[in-house]
Amino acid sequence: MSQARGFLGSSIGRKVIMAVTGAILFGFVLAHMLGNLQVYLGPEAMNHYAAFLRQVLHGAGLWIARSVLLVSVVLHIWSATSLTLSSRAARSIGYRERRWKESTYASRTMRWSGVIILLFVIYHLLHFTTGTVHPSFIEGDVYHNFVAGFRSVPVSVFYIAAMVLLGLHLRHGFWSMFQTLGVSHPRYMRWAHAGSWVFAILIVVGNISFPVAVLAGAVK
Amino acid sequence: MKLTLKVWRQKDARSEGRFVTYETDRANPDMSFLEMLDVVNEGLVAKREDPIAFDHDCREGICGTCGFVINGVPHGPKPRTTVCQLHMRSFRDGDVLTLEPWRADAFPVLKDLIVDRSAFDRIIAAGGFITAPIGGAPDGNAIPIRKEDADLAMDAAACIGCAACVAACPNASAMLFASAKIAQLALLPQGQPERWDRVRKMVARMDAERFGTCTNHGECEAVCPKGIRMEFIARMNADYVKASLTAGRRATGVAEASGG
Amino acid sequence: MELRSQIPSGPLEKKWEKHRFEMKLVNPANKRKYTVLVVGSGLAGAGAAASMAELGYNIKCFCYQDSPRRAHSIAAQGGINAAKNYRNDGDSVLRLFYDTIKGGDFRSREANVYRLAEISVNIIDQCVAQGVPFAREYGGLLDNRSFGGAQVSRTFYARGQTGQQLLLGAYQALERQIGLGQVEMFSRHEMQELIVVDGRARGIVVRDMVTGEVETHMADAVCLATGGYGNVFYLATYAKGCNATAIWRAYKKGAAFANPCFTQIHPTCIPVTGEYQSKLTLMSESLRNDGRIWVPKKKGDKRAPDAIPEEERDYYLERMYPTFGNLAPRDIASRAAKRVCDEGRGVGPTGYGVYLDFKDAVARLGRKMIEEKYGNLFEMYERITDEDPYRVPMRIYPASHYTMGGLWVDYDLMSTIPGLFVLGEANFSDHGANRLGASALMQGLADGYFVIPYTIGNYLAQTKAERVPEDHSDVRAAQSAVAQRTKRLLEIPGNRTVASFYRELGRVMWEHCGMTRSAEGLREGLRLVPKLREEFWKNVRVLGDGAEINQSLEVAGRVADFLELGELLCLDALERDESCGCHFRVEHQMADGEARRDDKGFCHVAAWEYAGEGRKPVRHVEPLTFENVDLTIRSYK
Ligand SMILES: Cc1cc2nc3c(=O)[nH]c(=O)nc-3n(C[C@H](O)[C@H](O)[C@H](O)COP(=O)(O)OP(=O)(O)OC[C@H]3O[C@@H](n4cnc5c(N)ncnc54)[C@H](O)[C@@H]3O)c2cc1C
Ligand code: HEM
Ligand code: HEM
Ligand code: SF4
Ligand code: F3S
Ligand code: FES
Repeated sequence: MSQARGFLGSSIGRKVIMAVTGAILFGFVLAHMLGNLQVYLGPEAMNHYAAFLRQVLHGAGLWIARSVLLVSVVLHIWSATSLTLSSRAARSIGYRERRWKESTYASRTMRWSGVIILLFVIYHLLHFTTGTVHPSFIEGDVYHNFVAGFRSVPVSVFYIAAMVLLGLHLRHGFWSMFQTLGVSHPRYMRWAHAGSWVFAILIVVGNISFPVAVLAGAVK
Repeated sequence: MKLTLKVWRQKDARSEGRFVTYETDRANPDMSFLEMLDVVNEGLVAKREDPIAFDHDCREGICGTCGFVINGVPHGPKPRTTVCQLHMRSFRDGDVLTLEPWRADAFPVLKDLIVDRSAFDRIIAAGGFITAPIGGAPDGNAIPIRKEDADLAMDAAACIGCAACVAACPNASAMLFASAKIAQLALLPQGQPERWDRVRKMVARMDAERFGTCTNHGECEAVCPKGIRMEFIARMNADYVKASLTAGRRATGVAEASGG
Repeated sequence: MELRSQIPSGPLEKKWEKHRFEMKLVNPANKRKYTVLVVGSGLAGAGAAASMAELGYNIKCFCYQDSPRRAHSIAAQGGINAAKNYRNDGDSVLRLFYDTIKGGDFRSREANVYRLAEISVNIIDQCVAQGVPFAREYGGLLDNRSFGGAQVSRTFYARGQTGQQLLLGAYQALERQIGLGQVEMFSRHEMQELIVVDGRARGIVVRDMVTGEVETHMADAVCLATGGYGNVFYLATYAKGCNATAIWRAYKKGAAFANPCFTQIHPTCIPVTGEYQSKLTLMSESLRNDGRIWVPKKKGDKRAPDAIPEEERDYYLERMYPTFGNLAPRDIASRAAKRVCDEGRGVGPTGYGVYLDFKDAVARLGRKMIEEKYGNLFEMYERITDEDPYRVPMRIYPASHYTMGGLWVDYDLMSTIPGLFVLGEANFSDHGANRLGASALMQGLADGYFVIPYTIGNYLAQTKAERVPEDHSDVRAAQSAVAQRTKRLLEIPGNRTVASFYRELGRVMWEHCGMTRSAEGLREGLRLVPKLREEFWKNVRVLGDGAEINQSLEVAGRVADFLELGELLCLDALERDESCGCHFRVEHQMADGEARRDDKGFCHVAAWEYAGEGRKPVRHVEPLTFENVDLTIRSYK
């Protein structure tokens, strides 16, 4: 046990937690986006898919997935915050002048993009899962909720903005996972860097297409 | 060349510091940056002002003593170059240069541009060595080492301990420095027996010295005068994970107890 | 004062073994009762501190840098010799011994040099075990390169950073002992006095360079490993902080100073560009393996190097020394360079430079190969000069680089003060009148790893571990001497900066006691140095106070000592009325300008004893006897 505490207490240990949970979250976001693409196949497909998700393992599947996600988010946030705090403490007097050479806008804004993603997720759950903030929520009619939800321009805009930040977060986060988990061979790291762009763009474009499609009237 | 210098002046570790502006027109493109400061200091002494204190020794880029931040970049604008090797031809006439000491709570400022980097020594003392008591070594050629590994180990070993990586890191993390030594020794057969204990001890020490943690910004790599690469941080991470997962095995010594 | 060299009897190759057997041992339980001070954390110092700590002695180690890892050994580039004969090219302990004796122009002790050659083999093994990443071949075995003054390939190297890697090995061994609490490290501490009680070295007085506090450290023995004094020439390849303070104070407390005039000038340094120049950067001698040295045949030929056709180039080393060519020993290569420049054939803006050309090497081996061997040296050169040596030949010129002279020590490395041991470049022991390349690292580690651990025991076994009270009159005296000196420096109402005095001293020494020396030149030096010293103590301006980091105060203290040492250097050079190795007296040369030794008159070590303020020091002599080599005329033709 003290072993584990040592690991979780250490800088690298917490980084690794962040990478692993980050990977899970990334996996979810990717799958989620692909699943949502079914909206383009029409109401039946979409609702059928949603219903199917609820039947996996007689409904247990969903809850398992949900708990894994929840734990990941919590751990991810915990590690992110505690590491951020120790790094803040490591330089209490800053520089008057700073010039960046290799770090990216994405890498320097992970904390902000992350927090905003969190806020987004909370809103998003109230929006599509509980329907609390949804104008005309119909339990089970995911397709309706979806289309009705995005008809409101401000809501769509907020989604789009959130997705851009998610893209930034993944742009650095994706390859960062490999670095953190110890992939050191230059060849594979080149791939990881390329992957950052590919997946970030894929997920952002895919997700943004939904509100856009609704507003454009392509999906009714 | 004419230059304006905005230099951080601080009497000692306890005092408050501030920026003071100096003008000089005696700079010359063939001077090293430190020689330019020498000239400025000569002028200050002539005016009975306290000269600017900065750390330096070899002045050929190998001892790692020198170093401060010039216009927001540790060791200044020229890549792979320590300030002692940085020449004024890298600047233009009329430039305004801001000089600041390394900033990290693990490195208290002792005076002006001089900081206390002893935390680095303590990280090495924690495990940055191979236990090879003097006298008992086998022949140098007893264990052949794959050239690729020897060369990679040398890449890592080239670190001069200047601490520019910490100064540059947005998190004031010392991971590039620590990983260079950990990777060097992990790449060599002689380093294997202590490999897993070493990485855990050194990382523990590094954390205890209150350095920040790496979030893979890569600034360290960009300013490192010796071209130490983030690749070594990745190696250290991998070793650390493996070490932590496998740590804690203990021999029972039963055999000994039961023996005659 | 008598100089007892304590060289063991018996055949050369058995002396060290026999001696190790005869030396007294301190039993493990008693070791922890003894405290030894090690001043210096270079190869010699760090090596000594680590090896003695491993034995169980309590060690306190001191250095002026902010970390022991920064000792000047770090700057060594080329490599370290060892008689491993891995090349199968006819090397052997005996040959390394002979090359070193001959390279030193027969002015060193046979017994010491032989021991050094013997130990060289263990050093490589030790360093490999510590994880020093020496260059290797594709088969995985250690690689070698050849170096000046040798016809075999016995130099081990780690890119162009051999000294750095060897020092980090020693430093890590030292840090391990610090971690274990066996060594207490004092960085940013400068030794300023030696404490001698009842004729034995019992402690030192140091200045904490951060707080300015004057501290006293008592012990049962003191080891000085404080490096060379070549900075007396101001412009040198040494680190700025290298100083003679520690050995000079020991000298003034009664330790004899041997062969001060044996100072080495390194042939391959980057030439001076201007008045502001603060140091000269060395380009490793290993470059001479593949680079060809030349100057134009015509005087004052100011054409660009590539505009000068082959037949108008003078590859003078290859011409004058066909056998060794560009690998001729340092003193010879340096003087040859000076000669051609004095003839007005020098190159570069100042006319004080010669070309080191890699065109043929690149053509022969390909750029890739050259890059592997010298990549970082070429980078360094380009950084400093802004010229690309792959295309334009390097410009090089000799500079002060090493001091063979130093405190006199016996076979056990003990000075004329009992309990004061001197290691590494700080002693005079192994290199005679000229050191061969790649043999100083060897000596530093030999002294630190493999000699002192034995000889210190032999000394301590014969001395009771008894404390000296901190308030003992001799201790008090040493403390106040240090405090007084600092106070005095700070109170001089002068208006000349320390640097200006330092530069002038350098000019005088280089001019009158440099690469070539003459009686009247040296007499002039003996007139100028004391004059400058006098002005220094009247007219130097040191600002600030003693209770803080005060870099001008630090330099002032060092320059003050150089101003005294410089005089002794000239004096020794004047009295050694012969040419040998690096000590070249124009009065004594062959027709072809080679050094002419006087073995009848000067086949000895000159050891100077301090005789008090303003009195001429006493010159003692330790005759050198050669039973295993005959004194040939050193020829590299
Ligand atoms: C540029 C250069 C290149 C070289 N290349 C080679 C080479 O390729 N091969 C080779 O064999 N040799 C080479 N040499 C020579 C060799 O590096 C040195 O002779 C050797 O390293 C000296 O080691 P040392 O331990 O005796 O002294 P140093 O390494 O100089 O250590 C001196 C130590 O004493 C401490 N010290 C000094 N004064 C004081 C004081 N007053 N108070 C407290 N501490 C003090 C310093 O802090 C330092 O720790 C080179 C030298 C130079 C300058
Ligand atoms: C409260 C919300 C979040 C915060 C504060 C946050 C913060 C961070 C921080 C600081 C990092 C470290 C960057 C690095 O080490 O390079 C990180 C990494 C990462 N985050 Fe987040 N994040 C959050 C939510 C998310 C979400 C919802 C996802 C998934 C879509 C995600 C995916 C990732 C990934 C993949 C990484 C890379 C792991 C690594 O760096 O090794 N994060 N996050
Ligand atoms: C525009 C992009 C997105 C769309 C259109 C969208 C759509 C939906 C819809 C319709 C649901 C409800 C599904 C159901 O109840 O069966 C849902 C649930 C959810 N979404 Fe999204 N989503 C998007 C982006 C995201 C992002 C980026 C994240 C996380 C970072 C996310 C996290 C979740 C979570 C956690 C749930 C709850 C799943 C559950 O029922 O447990 N979504 N989303
Ligand atoms: S890793 Fe580079 S920047 Fe950091 S201490 Fe070593 S040499 Fe300096
Ligand atoms: S800059 Fe800092 S965040 Fe990591 S990659 Fe370098 S240590
Ligand atoms: S002074 Fe030695 S690295 Fe700059």
